[in-house]
Amino acid sequence: MKKIVVFGLAAMLLVGVAAHAQRDQIRIVGSSTVYPFATKVAEQFGRSTQFKTPVIESTGSGGGLKLFCAGVGVEYPDITNASRAIKESEVETCKRNGVTEITEVKIGYDGIVLANSSRSGPMSISLRNLWLALAKEVPAGDGHLQANPYEKWSDVDPSLPGVEIEVLGPPPTSGTRDAFVELAMEGGCKTFDWISAMKKTDKDRYEAVCHGIREDGAYVEAGENDNLIVQKLEANAAAFGIFGFSFLDQNQDKLQGSVIEGVVPTFDAIAEGEYPVSRPLFFYVKGAHANVIPGMKEYVEEFTSERAWGEGGYLSDAGLIPLPDAERSKVQSEARSMASNVG
Amino acid sequence: MASGRNPNLTTQAVAKSLRRRYRAERRFKAVCIGALGLALTFLAVLFLSIGLEAYTAFWQHWIALDMTYDAELLDPTGTRNPEELARGNYNLVVRGALQELFPEVEGRSDRRALASLVSSGAGYRLQERVVEDPSLVGTSERVWVLADDDIDMLLKGHISRDVPEGARRVSDQQIAWIDHLGEEGRVESRFNARFFRSGDSREPELAGIWGAAVGSAYTLLVTLLLSFPLGVSAALYLEEFAPRNRWTDLIEVNINNLAAVPSIVFGLLGLAVFLNFLHLPRSAPLVGGLVLSLMTLPRIIIPARAALQAVPPSIREAAYGLGASPMQVVFHHVLPLALPGILTGTIIGMGQALGETAPLLMIGMVAFIVDIPSTLTDPATVLPVQIYLWADSPERAFVEKTSAAILCLLGFLILMNLAAVVLRQRTEKKW
Repeated sequence: MKKIVVFGLAAMLLVGVAAHAQRDQIRIVGSSTVYPFATKVAEQFGRSTQFKTPVIESTGSGGGLKLFCAGVGVEYPDITNASRAIKESEVETCKRNGVTEITEVKIGYDGIVLANSSRSGPMSISLRNLWLALAKEVPAGDGHLQANPYEKWSDVDPSLPGVEIEVLGPPPTSGTRDAFVELAMEGGCKTFDWISAMKKTDKDRYEAVCHGIREDGAYVEAGENDNLIVQKLEANAAAFGIFGFSFLDQNQDKLQGSVIEGVVPTFDAIAEGEYPVSRPLFFYVKGAHANVIPGMKEYVEEFTSERAWGEGGYLSDAGLIPLPDAERSKVQSEARSMASNVG
Repeated sequence: MASGRNPNLTTQAVAKSLRRRYRAERRFKAVCIGALGLALTFLAVLFLSIGLEAYTAFWQHWIALDMTYDAELLDPTGTRNPEELARGNYNLVVRGALQELFPEVEGRSDRRALASLVSSGAGYRLQERVVEDPSLVGTSERVWVLADDDIDMLLKGHISRDVPEGARRVSDQQIAWIDHLGEEGRVESRFNARFFRSGDSREPELAGIWGAAVGSAYTLLVTLLLSFPLGVSAALYLEEFAPRNRWTDLIEVNINNLAAVPSIVFGLLGLAVFLNFLHLPRSAPLVGGLVLSLMTLPRIIIPARAALQAVPPSIREAAYGLGASPMQVVFHHVLPLALPGILTGTIIGMGQALGETAPLLMIGMVAFIVDIPSTLTDPATVLPVQIYLWADSPERAFVEKTSAAILCLLGFLILMNLAAVVLRQRTEKKW
């Protein structure tokens, strides 16, 4: 009996290794923000070609690039999705591990919205006031910083609603949080000239001031799950939430996006680049795998086809904001030639 | 009387304290019942809230369309070659059928809105039908196709018609179209069998849990095959054969510690050993099972040892007295008597393994996988991961799917725990 079990296990391991040596399925890792879009493309690709549907893991941008850069060979992923551009240090890691040919494909934009329940009034806020409301430390008036004293939005600016500041947002592990901090918080923070000047003299302090989110309970880390934030906003009309535009798009009957710097977060405003809190999304292709793993070229073609990422394509239905026409055709030709354009 | 105590007083004192003691007992009982009632209420609320959200997921709306399989569109070469037929543009057939019903619709965006009444899976359904039966080309037939998830949500009442048009995913025009179709008897709500036999999809109306269920089954199979024999052998050795010394004490402490280690740690271990060192494939149920059996082992060893300890020494001594060897004693007498307890422990351990997601994250089983796994090394995901992925999707229609998947997972767990109870009652011996 035991012999059978041992033998069976050994056989299974062998089968595993054998199946592994020749992979016929694309493996994709990376950002959870790009995940809903990449999976749509993958499914379409799997249904309309003779290739297998790619496997897509949601590992986060950083985790995905780490796996992607670990080496060349069938045990490493072929493509990684990212909600930010690849960093210098990651290109270095890639190089050290022999991953030299990388094609960067910019696929579109994602807006980050501040929203609340439609049962209460809409809010219009500047980045400066948003930073003042959420920062850990704010200017005290005499050129110094003090712990954030504001309890109500109206304490920051009398024109804002007189309700307590309560914002549900993503935790520090999230790419959405990174982007929000960089675009919205820092954008508001550097409107103070003397803080902006600090960037040159004391960069660490500048980042601590501009990127620090208050920890006294006004900002609630609500977990990575954006749907959870949506549900909490429905239950609590006084609270605001921070999440990706596609969740606002799906829940427009229940939520309203706050106007930031005078711009309403709509599909068009983000596409035109008017809405200040939006970021580009990418995926990276490993050139060395292009001719080894079947279907890579066709997958990239599907992703960069008009019916997918074009205006009115199925990705824009899912909430991806397309690139402007000229940029789209440029990225398309670069992507389809699989020319290395990173590093 | 000589003792100096009045028996009457004693009885009085007893009677007095007796009343107090009865009161205390009643109070304690009430508190216990209250605690139980509270637990049951929570359970009922949990089931009710999930059940109420889930039940609409088991029904889906279908739309009947009169499809015309235009030979020029689907088979321009006229060879009826299945490969050729598979490449045809079936979405155009679906659009044509809708266009025929509403000939007044013109303009690109209006036509797009009209086409989005039905699921994007409609084209694939036609493709399957035609490839299976090429003689359909050139004919017409009425086919029921799935409604789009937004339309389904509208018909189920999850999207309100009362809010202003700009604030919902379905336009007034689309509502008018679908109502018109409904009046013609072309809209029907049917049991959602697809949910139980297809894999994951990004289109909520096409998504199912079968892929995840098969993945769970494979993963648990590997876990059971590994952890049950290993766990029982370890428990037998430690309980029946091992000498009591510092080493076995150390092992015992370690096993107890392992049972309390957070499961994500086992995932990291799996990543380092099975993927990076042994180069086993990512996302495979084989690796998932290996990792989960590491996690389950201590959870089987501990109850197994308890079950072995509970076998009365008299049984062992009687067997020894009749001349049985230690191995005969264990396998003929001790193990069969301890088996009910061991099985109960195993099933509860497997139940925990079934609900685990954290260790699987590290080895790539938290992934979008459409194809249903057919071997232990195919990429697969498991039920709790499927729930997590759906719960994180923006589409409104995934909310009910998530709850339905939770119900299925709970059903699975209840079955396993029920099996544990039945096994125990069937095989338990009392002395």
